[in-house]
Amino acid sequence: MKIDIKNENGTAVATLSGDLDHHNAKELRAELDRFIVTAQPRELAIDFGGITFMDSSGIGLIMGRSKLMKECGGRLEVINPQPYIRRVMKLAGIERIVKIR
Amino acid sequence: MEILNEIKFKMPSLSVNEAAARAVVSSFLIQADPTVEELSDIRTAVSEAVTNAVVHGYRHKKGDIELTVRLLPEREVYIRIKDKGCGIADIEQAMEPLFTTAPEEERSGLGFSVMQSFMDRLKVKSAPEKGTTVTMRKRLSEHGV
Repeated sequence: MKIDIKNENGTAVATLSGDLDHHNAKELRAELDRFIVTAQPRELAIDFGGITFMDSSGIGLIMGRSKLMKECGGRLEVINPQPYIRRVMKLAGIERIVKIR
Repeated sequence: MEILNEIKFKMPSLSVNEAAARAVVSSFLIQADPTVEELSDIRTAVSEAVTNAVVHGYRHKKGDIELTVRLLPEREVYIRIKDKGCGIADIEQAMEPLFTTAPEEERSGLGFSVMQSFMDRLKVKSAPEKGTTVTMRKRLSEHGV
């Protein structure tokens, strides 16, 4: 699991790659939270393009980061999920909480 | 039950084995030539069941998780994930979407919903302090056969 965060003038993109499961989510969550709290971006897009697998652990991760972004006065977005990852997101109804594009 | 082929895999309840379980299932099912979508559905369902055993079944103690994958006639895949953990007192409640006993770990409570919708059949047998057995079945399409 890899994460690369770029932040330009309050608009940030976190690019993930690898398998997103319960095992990997812990570390990822800590890293994203550290960034959100210290950098306080207005917008954060999590790029799922490089995610090769995701189960419902990914849903917990998105919901938790969305909540934290809101608390910090920002907004979270999910971009580029592969079709099979989109299916898990759809099942969870996550598009009601977070914009997916 | 007529079994065409079978594999059994036993692992300790370490979260790193969630990926190992998915890899075992993928390797075994290659012989049945599933579609990318079918394999992805099965891998996701297996990941949910194994994660449940790690996070909930063995929350207070470590133990073994047993994974059985079978190929049955008519391209049916049978999967059983068994733990000897704390068990579930109220299975119906545990299977409700969004119900979770581990919100601090950001568990979304969707594990069983994912298993249910990605597989054809799901059965959960559990008793407190005895453990939980999840069995799932999915029929693979006849593509290219």
